[in-house]
Amino acid sequence: MLELRNITRTVGAETHIDNVSLRLERGTLNVLLGPTLSGKTSLMRLMAGLDRPTSGSLLFDGVEVTGVPPQKRDVAMVFQQFINYPTMTVYENIASPMRVAGANRQDVDAAVQRAAALMKLTPYLERTPLNLSGGQQQRCALARAIVKNAGLVLLDEPLANLDYKLREELRAELPRIFAATGTIFVYATTEPSEALLLGGNTATLSQGRVTQFGKTIEVFRRPDDLITAQTFSDPPLNTIVMRKAGGQFLLDDGLLFPVPANLGEIVDAAYTIGFQPHHLSLARTSADSVALRASVTAMEITGSESFVHLRYADANWVMLTPGIQSFVVDQQIEVFLDPTLLLVFDGQGRAVTAATRLAA
Amino acid sequence: MERTYNNKAWFLVLPVLVLVAFSAIIPLMTVVNYSVQDTFGNNQFFWAGLDWFQDVLESNRFWNALGRNLIFSAIILAIEIPLGIYIALNMPKKGWGVPVCLVLMALPLLIPWNVVGTIWQVFGRVDIGLLGRTLAAAGIDYNYVQDPVDAWLTIIVMDVWHWTSLVVLLCYAGLVSIPDAYYQAARIDGASRWSVFRFIQLPKMGRVLLIAVLLRFMDSFMIYTEPFVVTGGGPGNETTFLSIDLVKMAIGQFDVGPAAAMSLVYFLIVLSLSWVFYTVMTNQGQEKGK
Repeated sequence: MLELRNITRTVGAETHIDNVSLRLERGTLNVLLGPTLSGKTSLMRLMAGLDRPTSGSLLFDGVEVTGVPPQKRDVAMVFQQFINYPTMTVYENIASPMRVAGANRQDVDAAVQRAAALMKLTPYLERTPLNLSGGQQQRCALARAIVKNAGLVLLDEPLANLDYKLREELRAELPRIFAATGTIFVYATTEPSEALLLGGNTATLSQGRVTQFGKTIEVFRRPDDLITAQTFSDPPLNTIVMRKAGGQFLLDDGLLFPVPANLGEIVDAAYTIGFQPHHLSLARTSADSVALRASVTAMEITGSESFVHLRYADANWVMLTPGIQSFVVDQQIEVFLDPTLLLVFDGQGRAVTAATRLAA
Repeated sequence: MERTYNNKAWFLVLPVLVLVAFSAIIPLMTVVNYSVQDTFGNNQFFWAGLDWFQDVLESNRFWNALGRNLIFSAIILAIEIPLGIYIALNMPKKGWGVPVCLVLMALPLLIPWNVVGTIWQVFGRVDIGLLGRTLAAAGIDYNYVQDPVDAWLTIIVMDVWHWTSLVVLLCYAGLVSIPDAYYQAARIDGASRWSVFRFIQLPKMGRVLLIAVLLRFMDSFMIYTEPFVVTGGGPGNETTFLSIDLVKMAIGQFDVGPAAAMSLVYFLIVLSLSWVFYTVMTNQGQEKGK
């Protein structure tokens, strides 16, 4: 188990990591999810021992490892860039971590052949990395991490530089390969969909802080706060500030939502209402659905879905809807929203739903 | 289908052809002309065939000068390349030290070659030079005018002082282009300082290093100005390189025929060595992939 206790790292006047505490269990897959510069890489570097925390401590299986250099830790890391030794063959590259550790020839050969087979590199073992495609280069780097058989495997956006198809393929394989080894698997990504596809646990990061850590699907469904909900939504979470009075959220133009029953008693004040882009629809999805008239500001069409950018009062929203829609800009359209799906955040950005859930 | 022929294009390339003719072909043909003829003055020329080439290739003078050239280039490469790499590895990668180091490194490269020669010519003089007098005062017998070893040492040190910077700057450019992740990966692997150099830095510098080797080889092989200013090819003929010998023969002795033949041979040597380097470089490039 890897335990981070109140880890902070400041460089000059900048705080890269701000009081992070995490417990990562053996045999689990943990996703670090956050936008660029949210501290994913900084946190990984601290876990690897490449950097020293300014304060706080790191424990590996209960043993303090805070100042221990990376080569003395049981850790492997794969980077966004394809990092291999350029003059060594693929075979030698994969063998290198074991050679440094002083393993004997047969063990090295067996491990290399196994990792190469897993990563589909067997035909390329005698080539040098620069004579491979990008995907093969990254698989070579992944194979090096596999043979190391480390207790902690850190993957820092490993698939970000790969093309779409290869990314899908490797993303499906990676958790399976590393789950078998009982290692602590940490995977950094900027993409919410990637976190959802990987499953496991997710820690959402924002400005160097871990805003929430838990089962990926739980964090996605029940974010503790507005920042977590925004981090975990792509296209961005739709929000609108509304006033609560009695049993209703109100806007001056007459829009009103009934306060969902599961929120219980909350004080009358201004709240931020949030909902996912796919929660907006062109047709009524339930009897409770509320109809809104919004104007179209832009259209984006993928093969099977349409992103309709909308403006409602002061808010800019995105609706994700199936099929190819042919709205024009400035067209007024009627959209529907099921109020039972709303996320409600108070003035400090804390989720009201989560608070009641904990209290219950 | 009817085709119209238009020769106007020739007029467009004419200026270039004229320019190339004046700058390269005509001078070169003059040299070729001299190399196959003999003259006894009065602008009278007699056909000499390949006699001058035979003379040049059979003369000890030519082979000795060529030998000195090759030895000089070998020594220069053996010193400047490792030294340049070493300095580049130890230069700061960020902070205020970077511009300071870069300017300091670039300074020797900005000095005209004959000025460099003059600096060292004065610097090494036993009567007034700082280096010469200091060595004399320390009891070291140093005199580049009389002692061949001292003369060689002086021009080698001078060339190292003048040109190592070029190697440093090229290597430094190669080093700073290595992503930080390589070093992090190496640290996680527990790779030694030597392994990092051997398996990451050296291969990543490979391209620029080849350019550095090529430039330094060609330059040192064609060296003229600096030894000409410092030693004038002496003592005796100890520092007479091909270029210096050529000038002596052509202008000093006015042996135009042999000098022309020699310059053509010299030119062919430079050309073939350039071709060898070019081939090696491009092959290396292909081996390393895209």
